[in-house]
Formats: sequence, C-alpha cells, structure tokens
Amino acid sequence: MGAPVLSVRNLKVEFVTRRGVLKAIDDVSFDIERGEVLGVVGESGAGKSVTGSAVIGLIDPPGRIAGGQILLNGERIDNMSPEQIRKVRGKRVGMIFQDPLTSLNPLYTVGEQLEETIQTHTNLTRAGARKRAVDLLAEVGIPAPDRRIDSYPHEFSGGMRQRVVIALALCADPELIIADEPTTALDVSVQAQVIALLKRLGRERGTAIMLVTHDMGVIAETADRVAVMYAGRIAEIGPVEKVVRQPLHPYAQGLMGAIPTLKGHIHRLTQIPGSMPRLSAIPPGCSFNPRCPFAFERCKVDRPEAIARYEHPVACHLYDQSSAKVEVASDR
Amino acid sequence: MVAFIIRRVLQAVGVLFAVGIISFSMFRFAGDPVNQIVSIDTPAAQREEVRRSLGLSDPVPVQFTRYLINTVRGDFGISYQFRQPISDLLAERMPATLELAFCATVFAVAFGILMGVYSGLRRESFLSKLFQTLSLIGISLPTFLIGILLIYLFAVTLGWLPSYGRGDTVRVGWWTTGFLTLSGLMALILPSITLGLFQMTLIMRIVRSEMLEVLRTDYIKFARARGLTTRAIHFGHALKNTLIPVITIVGLQLGSVIAFSIITETVFQWPGMGLLFVQAVQNVDIPIMAAYLMLVALIFVMINLAVDILYTVVDPRLRSTIRQPV
Repeated sequence: MGAPVLSVRNLKVEFVTRRGVLKAIDDVSFDIERGEVLGVVGESGAGKSVTGSAVIGLIDPPGRIAGGQILLNGERIDNMSPEQIRKVRGKRVGMIFQDPLTSLNPLYTVGEQLEETIQTHTNLTRAGARKRAVDLLAEVGIPAPDRRIDSYPHEFSGGMRQRVVIALALCADPELIIADEPTTALDVSVQAQVIALLKRLGRERGTAIMLVTHDMGVIAETADRVAVMYAGRIAEIGPVEKVVRQPLHPYAQGLMGAIPTLKGHIHRLTQIPGSMPRLSAIPPGCSFNPRCPFAFERCKVDRPEAIARYEHPVACHLYDQSSAKVEVASDR
Repeated sequence: MVAFIIRRVLQAVGVLFAVGIISFSMFRFAGDPVNQIVSIDTPAAQREEVRRSLGLSDPVPVQFTRYLINTVRGDFGISYQFRQPISDLLAERMPATLELAFCATVFAVAFGILMGVYSGLRRESFLSKLFQTLSLIGISLPTFLIGILLIYLFAVTLGWLPSYGRGDTVRVGWWTTGFLTLSGLMALILPSITLGLFQMTLIMRIVRSEMLEVLRTDYIKFARARGLTTRAIHFGHALKNTLIPVITIVGLQLGSVIAFSIITETVFQWPGMGLLFVQAVQNVDIPIMAAYLMLVALIFVMINLAVDILYTVVDPRLRSTIRQPV
C-alpha cells in the first residue's frame, strides 16, 4: 500500500484578529486511506469544518495555515500557489457543503454548472461534457437525468439538490471528497439516502471521504474510522466500532453517552456539563479539563499529546502510564 | 407569460388614463387658453368664435373624450406659441433627446458596472477608494453645476469640445441623428456625461454592494471549491447575480434620464424635448406641457414593462412563478 490519499501532519490554522491570534486548529494529524471514510465529529466550533476548508486551501483571511503539512497522495498541497491549488480543487478533491439549497447558483441550470465544472478540469468538448453530466446525474440517482439536466436548482427538492451537489463534487473523479455536514439540512429520511449514496460512491470508485458532521448516527452508519475533535485538537481517533462502543477519551465518552439508543436497557442520557471554551479562552493544559469528571492536577498544566496505548491514539493523561493512577471504566 | 404581459399592459393603460385626466385638467385650471391665443384688444365676439372653433364651449366630458381620442391618435393639438401641431414639434425634437438619453445611459451602465465590479473585488485598493470618493461627488453635486463645470473645463479653458448645441446632424427619414458626423459626436460627449453621471455613480455603488453581498454566498464558496477559475466565478457567477437590482435601477433611471433631461438640455442648449418643455413653461404653452406629461408617462410605463420582462430573462425563478399566476 502506498501513501495514504490524504495525510495531514501537525496542521495549525490561526485567525489573526484585533484581539490577538486565535488557534482554530492546533496540531492536528490524521490519514485517510483509499476507499476509506473518516468521520470527523465534535461540537460546533471544534474546528471540523476549518480542517476541511484548510485541506482544499479555502481558508479566507484573516485565517491562515500557520504550520504543518497537508499531503495528497504524497504530494504537498498546503504550500501551493493559488493557481495550483485551484486546479487541485474540484479535480482531485471534491467538496460537498452543508446546505444544498444555497450551494447551487440559482441563475444557471444544473447542466450548465456541471458542464462548466467538467470543462474546467478536463479536455472534454461541450457535447462530451454534457454526456458526462447526464451520466453523473444518473449515477447519483436523479431520475430522468437527460431531461432534468436542463432544470434550474429551484426546480429540485432539497435531497435532489444535494445529489446534484454530490455530482458536482464527482465531476473530475476526485481522489478525495470532503463532505462538510452533508446531511444536516436534510429531512431524516432523505439523510439516509444521501449517506447511502456517499458510501456507495466511495466504495465503487475507491474515493477517500472525509465526513465532517456532528451527527453520531451518521458517523456510526458510514465511517470506517472516527476522529473526535475538541477545541481545535483531535481528542481521539480510531476505528468506528472502538470509538463509538468503547470510547477512551472522557470527552468522547461524554459524546457517546449523549446518544439515545432504541435497544438495550433504559438509562438516562448523560450530558457533558458546561460548554466548549471559546478560541480566545482555551484553558492551559488539557483544553477539556474544566469539564472533565476525571481531571487531576497534571491536566491543568500539561497539554496531553496523542498516545497510542489502546490500539488507537487518544490524547489524555489518563492513559499515560507515567501518570495514570485511575483506570477508566469503559463498560459501555 | 403572455397572460402576464397582457395584465401589465392593461395596468399601463389604466395609468395612462389617469395621467390623461391630469394633463387634461391642466387646460381647465391653468387659465383661459383663449386669452393666450388672442391679443388683448380682440373683441368679445371674436373670442367666442375662437372658443367655439377650439371646441372649448362644449361640455367638459365631451371635451375630455375628444382630448383622449386625439391623444391616442397622436394628435396633441396645436402649440399656442409656434402655431404648429405639437406632434410635429415633438417628432422634430425627440431624436435629440433620445440620442442624448441613450448615450448617457450607455455611459452610466458601462462605467458604473466596470467601476462597481472593480471596487467590489478590490475593496482595499487605492483606485476603489478613489471611485468611492468620486461617486460621492457625483451623487451630491447638482446636474447643472456639473454641466457648467464641464463646459468651463473642456469647452472654455481647453477648447476641446463644443459647449452647446448638437453640432451637424444628418437626416435619416424623419429622424435627425448626430451619430454620423464628427461634430455631432463631439457635441454628445459633455451632455452625456452630465446627464449620466448621477446614474453612473448610483449603478457603481449598487454593483459594488451587491458584489460584496454575492461573494459571501454559499454558491460562490462552492464554485471556488469546484476549482473554477477566478474569472469564471467573478464574472460568470457573481456578476450575473448582481444584475437584477441593476436592471431595476437602470430601467427606472432611464425614464428619469429622458424626463428630466430638461436641466442638461437647458445648460447645453440641446434642441430636445426638455428644452421645448422649458420654453413651453415660460410661455404658458399648455398643449405642449400636457403632451409632454403624457409622453413622459408613456415612456415610464413602457420602460417598467420592459424591465419586468427583462427580470424573467435573467432570473429563471421568476419565469416559473409567472407561468402559473396565483
């Protein structure tokens, strides 16, 4: 196996504001393999979407990538010129945004938008691009694509529009798709369809998918591995069955404990007290320590680095042998 | 779509009928027209004669109906001062005004959109800030002052351009045009700038703020994520979305440009309808004033209709709502 499709190494993203530099992403590393779906979860503001935007170079000023490397199939893309990274966007990395209602330009037919994207990235003629556009619409499950291609976005329902958005992301057969909350704006029944579609496309085409969401149900359903983000850092990353069933990090445990289940014995849903710190007021040490039920002295001064003790990396002092006194019950 | 146009045309007829009532009432309330036609020492019998020949002794509804029928047929009556049919006077003057309005609008739209797009995209550049400042001047300086300043600079001091008149014109059928001679084109420059400056600054400011608005939308972000070129994003996707308000403004302002070219025409002694109107006001030539009122109303109504139809060309969402009227 060669290099992973996407490899993010020690990524740092900062926002320079009048009140100082805010660290939106602080030392984040992860890999996504071919055909793999990596779910990225966390509360709002944890840095999930910023990570996605950073990968395709869409961080707008005053934000900037302050450090680290982003490699796409072994090639560095974080230091490319604007013109080079533009050619990566859409061609090698496709992106899907949260709200399909506003992602499409209302003044052009979906066909025009597809053809424009296809022709930007390939040498196809107009006729060729149109044929490919029809094929793509068929592939994402739009009925009667040869007729619907000349419809305007407002003539589609929300779920259908999200399929069009996915087709747009697939235009140039990208190696990686970043899906930023692709189902949040959709009805629950439509969500399942869109997720199934994404999963099928990833499997069939071998496309790596980075699935950013705060919906644990979607993650459990779709992802192969999960990264739990908190305050701009990865708290825990590992296979989905491990992280969802037996989370190690206290924050991940809290997050999973807040998911209602239909089966099994009935118990109260747990909630994590307090809320995530603002970027301007991240506490020293472990950023989760004020809300953590297991926090001890070291957590308040020493920032935990990822340690791979339990098969998958977790950034928590509880699992560091040099300091661990408490063994956390992970019986869920 | 056809039903929509028919409905709008019927509304337009209603508006014109109302304006007809107003312009007709001008004859009744702005003094006795007979007094303006005859001289002071005309005997009373002769005055009655004139009154009867003009139909002014008939009952008011009869006069109004006759007025409307004549107006619809393009017969606006006879000017008191020129003793000529007003339709001839207007036909003679209209090309001058329309050509001026056309040039002023082209100037305003072209420069307004260019400067608006530029200052929307390069918000921080020196040129954008300069445009913003200049646009303040354009919006706040009165037209006659701009005209006089331009005349002073380019006609008096530099001597590059003529300060008044249309220059040499060429007659094409009944239309006299200044487009075909050099002096005619030269003569168009200063009045066009004077007349179009206000609209230009308005268009520039609207395009700029719309651009800023549109560039923040999700579909622009998504267009960037699709890897489209900056050029395609700015001019294909963003600019087209700013055009709806621009069409509205240009449409409404085009009516104003034609109707209120009075000041510019006066400053430049431009032989158009506006100048005719000013002379009519000075001489209490009510038939001309009434005809001008009707004509301006007609122009406004037609432009608004054209604007409504243009919307649907630009924005497909309006097309489908119009297709199924509620």
